Amino acid sequence: MERVGVFVCHCGSNIGSVVDCAKVAEELRNYPNVVHSVDYKYMCSEPGQNLIKEAVKEHNLNRVVVCSCSPRMHENTFRACVAQAGLNPYMFEMANIREHCSWVHAGHNEEATAKAIDLAKMAVAKVCKNKELKKGHSPVTKRALVVGGGIAGIQAALDIANNGYQVDILERTPSIGGKMAQIDKTFPTIDCSACILTPRMVEASSHPNIKLITFAELEKVEGYVGNFDVTIRSKARSVDMSKCTGCGTCMTKCPGKADDEFNMNLQKRPAIYTPFPQAIPNKPVIDRESCLKFKSRKDGKDVCGICAKVCPAGAIDYEQEDEIFVEHYGAIVMATGYDQFDHSVYGEYGYGKYPDVISGLHFERLVNASGPTMGHIVRPSDHKEPKTVVMVKCVGSRDPEHGKSYCSRTCCMYSAKQATLIRDHCPDTKVYIFYMDVRTPGKGYDEFYNRTREEYGVEYIRGRVSKIYQDGEQLIVKGEDSLLGRPVEILADMVILADAMIPQNDAAKMAQIVGIGYDNDGWFTEAHAKLGPVETHTAGIFLAGACQGPKDIPDTVAQAGAAAVKVCGLLSKDQLETDPCTSEIDPALCAGCGHCVGVCPYKAISLETIEERKAGKTISRQVAKVNASLCQGCGACTVTCRSSAANLNHFTNAQILAEVDALCQTIL
Amino acid sequence: MSNNPVEKTENFEPKILVFACNWCTYAGADLAGVSRLQYPPNVRVLRVPCSCRVNPQFVVRAFQRGIDGVLVAGCHPGDCHYTTGNYYTRRRFLLMTRMLEYVGIDSGRFQTRWISGSEGPKFQEVVTEMTEIIRQLGPNQKLRDDVTIEMQDFEEEAVNE
Repeated sequence: MERVGVFVCHCGSNIGSVVDCAKVAEELRNYPNVVHSVDYKYMCSEPGQNLIKEAVKEHNLNRVVVCSCSPRMHENTFRACVAQAGLNPYMFEMANIREHCSWVHAGHNEEATAKAIDLAKMAVAKVCKNKELKKGHSPVTKRALVVGGGIAGIQAALDIANNGYQVDILERTPSIGGKMAQIDKTFPTIDCSACILTPRMVEASSHPNIKLITFAELEKVEGYVGNFDVTIRSKARSVDMSKCTGCGTCMTKCPGKADDEFNMNLQKRPAIYTPFPQAIPNKPVIDRESCLKFKSRKDGKDVCGICAKVCPAGAIDYEQEDEIFVEHYGAIVMATGYDQFDHSVYGEYGYGKYPDVISGLHFERLVNASGPTMGHIVRPSDHKEPKTVVMVKCVGSRDPEHGKSYCSRTCCMYSAKQATLIRDHCPDTKVYIFYMDVRTPGKGYDEFYNRTREEYGVEYIRGRVSKIYQDGEQLIVKGEDSLLGRPVEILADMVILADAMIPQNDAAKMAQIVGIGYDNDGWFTEAHAKLGPVETHTAGIFLAGACQGPKDIPDTVAQAGAAAVKVCGLLSKDQLETDPCTSEIDPALCAGCGHCVGVCPYKAISLETIEERKAGKTISRQVAKVNASLCQGCGACTVTCRSSAANLNHFTNAQILAEVDALCQTIL
Repeated sequence: MSNNPVEKTENFEPKILVFACNWCTYAGADLAGVSRLQYPPNVRVLRVPCSCRVNPQFVVRAFQRGIDGVLVAGCHPGDCHYTTGNYYTRRRFLLMTRMLEYVGIDSGRFQTRWISGSEGPKFQEVVTEMTEIIRQLGPNQKLRDDVTIEMQDFEEEAVNE
């Protein structure tokens, strides 16, 4: 006999101010199988949970329905509560009368109350068909994968490795280091970026628990938490890593030339190269797009080969091919970072048209001592020191029309940092910064900004730039000073655009490969904006750094550490509890057609032969069987099954139909 | 309770059932709530793990029992939490829409849409638009059972029990 208890939560005034909770409780009291129904201010609070536990005892309840917030928020809370009351945790259902009702129907109290009653009835109808379920167990591969070798990935990997677990870093470029390696100084301390990053890179490469997989792509992720099978494509380096000593002779002799991406195309690099002198691994790769030998091979010729001739170790291997292999991991950290906004959408700023209009990252390479100008701040066009520099903030940020609606968080600070660097290097140079707002939330950030203005004499102009155009050797920057309410015109030698941070251009594809969510901009979605900032909705996959949203280095490092803790927590277990909401196939109904085998995305269903007695004879026939530890509970098989033999635990046909019927019952 | 389908369409407020997948559309509807995006109180969300869990039988049953509209919503093709689930949904309900149209159910009453977990505004937009369409169409009169449903009846009918 079903004995259902219904508990209606006011959630303070979140639900109670719109939905008449007392009325919902009262209506439900007369609903079939409900033996107890009450409302309470905060169901999830300790007194609220005690109320449920006591009611279970007092009224001998065997099923519980809580009408409150989203099950994505508190389903586990109440399942635990129900379990503590001595019931199976799956004898519980939730009706979402907050996110799906009171919050979206403000002012429509009567309709919202009627809807809450419907939702509660649906939950009661479903819970009456719930069955006791037991969690299963699956093993854990005690090894993690970090995708992305920037500071986020390096930090996460180091933290995991230092806790005693094996971890691989997968990096698509030839070296780890990421964007931080390109940056000259970091705010607000003006630390040299390379000086704090490269020791970490070395630590990661020499750590006994860390393996670097560089110049490789993530191809496919299969499996589930604790047991991921990851297919990796190791791109052909054309250099035998085991023979190469990293002497660098090949790079000095290579006649091929290509744009140097690491230096923002401010100079050329050879076709056989390491991205930067401190690269790890410090062994070159051949860029086949610009290598004379590979280019000539396309025309049926075979020229050059200088690198092979000069290599003392005989490490050059032109015939090397991409290698595809599968590795097993228990957890994955996504640390794929960000990209730069393409300014060319702002035609009025002349980016790409005027060589002296550059981006923030360009400037980092210009001012860097190992950059193309040896750290001398000069104009890219004529290599003269600029006397007036204009910086434009929010290029692509906070501009839903042309760019992104969000704030990129780092630009205010890096613009201030770059302005002080200019004033340090060239004390006679004037610096103007056009801004919309100055946002400096962070330890020591506002103090730094104030120093930029007061000690370094950088001039901040509140307003947007409307046009930049060339006049002789100089650039004319036209804008508005919105505080004084008048137009401004500045004759500048160089303009630096503070570009927005955007997701990597293949972020959506990457999210699809690993099976995590992403938002409209392409940032990976965390499990909960406040309470689950490093988890994703896919168990076992975590986020670190700017792949989740614009972030500066301190926040990235903090998040990487948080992700590492989550990974270690997972890997510390010998077994994981698995969700019992898996599919089951009734062999008595199964016709053995095998359609479910084909639709299962986890290869969890297989056909097996059973023997049974029929009309006095023993016959053998094929039936489908679900491997519960592989099944993830999507339910694809249940709809495909023609004989209704497949059913999904906790979302059975009977449960869903009971909900549909309960909803429709009020219509007829 | 009358056995005849409602004939008056004045002040008619449709009732709409939304099958929402747990990972995308249910999260999108939650986001609409968190963002306080207001929409008509005519929709009721039923959570399923994946849109591919929605058996066409559930849709027919809802129309039989007098629902005015059904929305099946899941992750965008390519974004399915279970990799391939919504591809089955897409094919299945393309056919289903045609079949329902064939028996006289307007395509406005049965829709399949892709709403991601970050698309709270899209959830609001889709259900508002659908409510408006069905308000114009009036109460559903096709496929409806003639009998008054009692709780006991569907208890016995429920399949596979």
